[in-house]
Amino acid sequence: MTTQTSCPAAAAFELRLYVAGQTAKSLAAFANLKRICETHLAGQYRIEVIDLTKPPQLAATGQILAVPTLVRRLPEPGRKILGDLSNEKRVLAGLDIQPVMGG
Amino acid sequence: MSKRPPALFKAPTGIQGLDEITGGGLPAGRPTLICGSAGCGKTMLAMEFLVRGATQFGEPGVFMMFEENAADLTANVRSLGFDLDKLAQQKMILLDYVHIERSEIEETGEYDLEGLFIRLGHAIDSIGAKRVVLDTVEALFAGLPNHAILRAELRRLFRWLKDRGITAVITGEKGESTITRYGLEEYVADCVIILDQRISEQICTRRLRVVKYRGTAHGTNEYPFLIGERGFSVLPITSLQLDHKASVARVPTGIERLDEMLGGQGVFRGSSVLVSGSSGTGKSSIGAKFVDAACSRGEKALLFAYEESSAQIVRNMRSIGIDLEPWLKKGLLQIHASRPTLHGLEQHLVMMHDAVRSFRPAVVVADPISNLTFERREPEVKPTLMRLTDFLKQQQITTLFTSLNSGGGATLEDSQMGVSSLMDTWLLLRNVEFNGERNRTIYVLKSRGMAHSNQVREFVMSDEGVDLVDVYAGDDRVLTGTARVAQEAHERAADEVRQQDHRRKLLHLAGKRKAIEAQIAALQVEAESEAAEVNFAIAQETLLEKTALQNSKAMAHLRGGAAGSNGQAKG
Repeated sequence: MTTQTSCPAAAAFELRLYVAGQTAKSLAAFANLKRICETHLAGQYRIEVIDLTKPPQLAATGQILAVPTLVRRLPEPGRKILGDLSNEKRVLAGLDIQPVMGG
Repeated sequence: MSKRPPALFKAPTGIQGLDEITGGGLPAGRPTLICGSAGCGKTMLAMEFLVRGATQFGEPGVFMMFEENAADLTANVRSLGFDLDKLAQQKMILLDYVHIERSEIEETGEYDLEGLFIRLGHAIDSIGAKRVVLDTVEALFAGLPNHAILRAELRRLFRWLKDRGITAVITGEKGESTITRYGLEEYVADCVIILDQRISEQICTRRLRVVKYRGTAHGTNEYPFLIGERGFSVLPITSLQLDHKASVARVPTGIERLDEMLGGQGVFRGSSVLVSGSSGTGKSSIGAKFVDAACSRGEKALLFAYEESSAQIVRNMRSIGIDLEPWLKKGLLQIHASRPTLHGLEQHLVMMHDAVRSFRPAVVVADPISNLTFERREPEVKPTLMRLTDFLKQQQITTLFTSLNSGGGATLEDSQMGVSSLMDTWLLLRNVEFNGERNRTIYVLKSRGMAHSNQVREFVMSDEGVDLVDVYAGDDRVLTGTARVAQEAHERAADEVRQQDHRRKLLHLAGKRKAIEAQIAALQVEAESEAAEVNFAIAQETLLEKTALQNSKAMAHLRGGAAGSNGQAKG
């Protein structure tokens, strides 16, 4: 399963969420990510969700061990955030995003 | 050992010695933990397990590495003769480098390591792997901050591998008080092997120990091992039972007179010979002659030299009429020359094992073993040498060790660090200093299972080779060298004089006998003439008597009357 959630404009933030099947954790991670992006990166992001159970070789090519893993592909340098992304502050710190106040 | 049916299924490692210690290999379908400090050979052992599994036992394997990348590892193991690229092309080995960069990673909320499972599962399925190596999974502890999750996931991982029937090798770094730094032994409970390297007197020795092996008997000792040109090599105690065959065939030593001393035929095949003596007594020459003799019989010989280089040996032996070069060229002889301080004793023995295994000689000479044991504590030396001699005996290889006696005199027999009891035949070389010169003597101190000479012989080296000659033993002395020659000349002269004396006496006797015989003859003649005279007198008298009688008869007749009694008286 590869899902693309994108804005038409050239995305400054290219994010990839690796999950393994439709587990509670992966669903939570996607929901959390979507919320955070809409709040702080409206119009500047693109999310690609990759289910490792379908083409399993992607785990090796993406150097993925933990799921869910959020990978920031752009802007460089790449970052990896493990977990269900429940802690918004840490996600923002991990993605190096300045929080939008009052969002 | 391999003939015994295994108590549980084993996955043979194909590594020399390790399969013997573990009774056939690692537990099949279960994880094994290999741990040790940095640089002690964990990765090499794990890799060899995989490569041999692929090449010798037809079991494909996945090597998942967490520290080194595939290119580095491929380059590293190429030095052991393993071509990972080729094996990867043949789909026998799959290398997977798991890269974790702590600085790139942020954690938030719950996660698991399903990604690793998927990745490993995919790797296993893509080549049908039966073996898996995780090297070293502990790198995850540095990469992932949440150890609680990691531990739970590792437990799940090992169970998962077990469920899939994978024979896994997990490497781990040695911990301070635990077997591994992160306590992996908690999860991998089937088989634990510890690698260790110790430095003693500037010499590093690597050792291996099977700490735990569930459900099977295993060797519990520490075994020295070596990472050599052909990979891993563990030196086990091969014959705890002393069950090697005893050959009755004999091997000539190359010195005819020495063979004569050893029951006329030399030593038994597969036996061990110790030649000991102080410096310059000719130990190496005996060794070289032994090698030379083996090669001229068309047998392969292996010479371990710890004092001279190969070229030096060839040159020096040529000076006493032993030419080793043709044998080297023919490939019948191999000389392994190295400094004993290059490795520890155990390492040397492992190397010797390796060399013997690959060359398969009929005869092995180590010159001298005393150098190997240089400044070593005695309790270490004997068991290791015992291993070596037992190994060589099992291979039916006739071995000659030379040993240098540093001391001399009365303690000569004691100075062999207990090695002599391992040897079947012990030749003792001695310098005898007398009469302004130094000569070499040799005698057989012991030789198990054969009648052997109790005589001391002189050992002579010349440009025609080495030989033994009888020493002069008489007058309560043993003489060698020129003293022997002088004594022999002296004896010869004395002998000559004696001989002449005899002849003279015999002549004299003969003369005397002749004189006596002449005397006897003269007496006989005298006796005969006397007897003749007596006979003549008797005959004369008888004749006279007869004549007188006739005369009287005639007178009586003439007188014409009967003879009167008076007439007779008148006649």
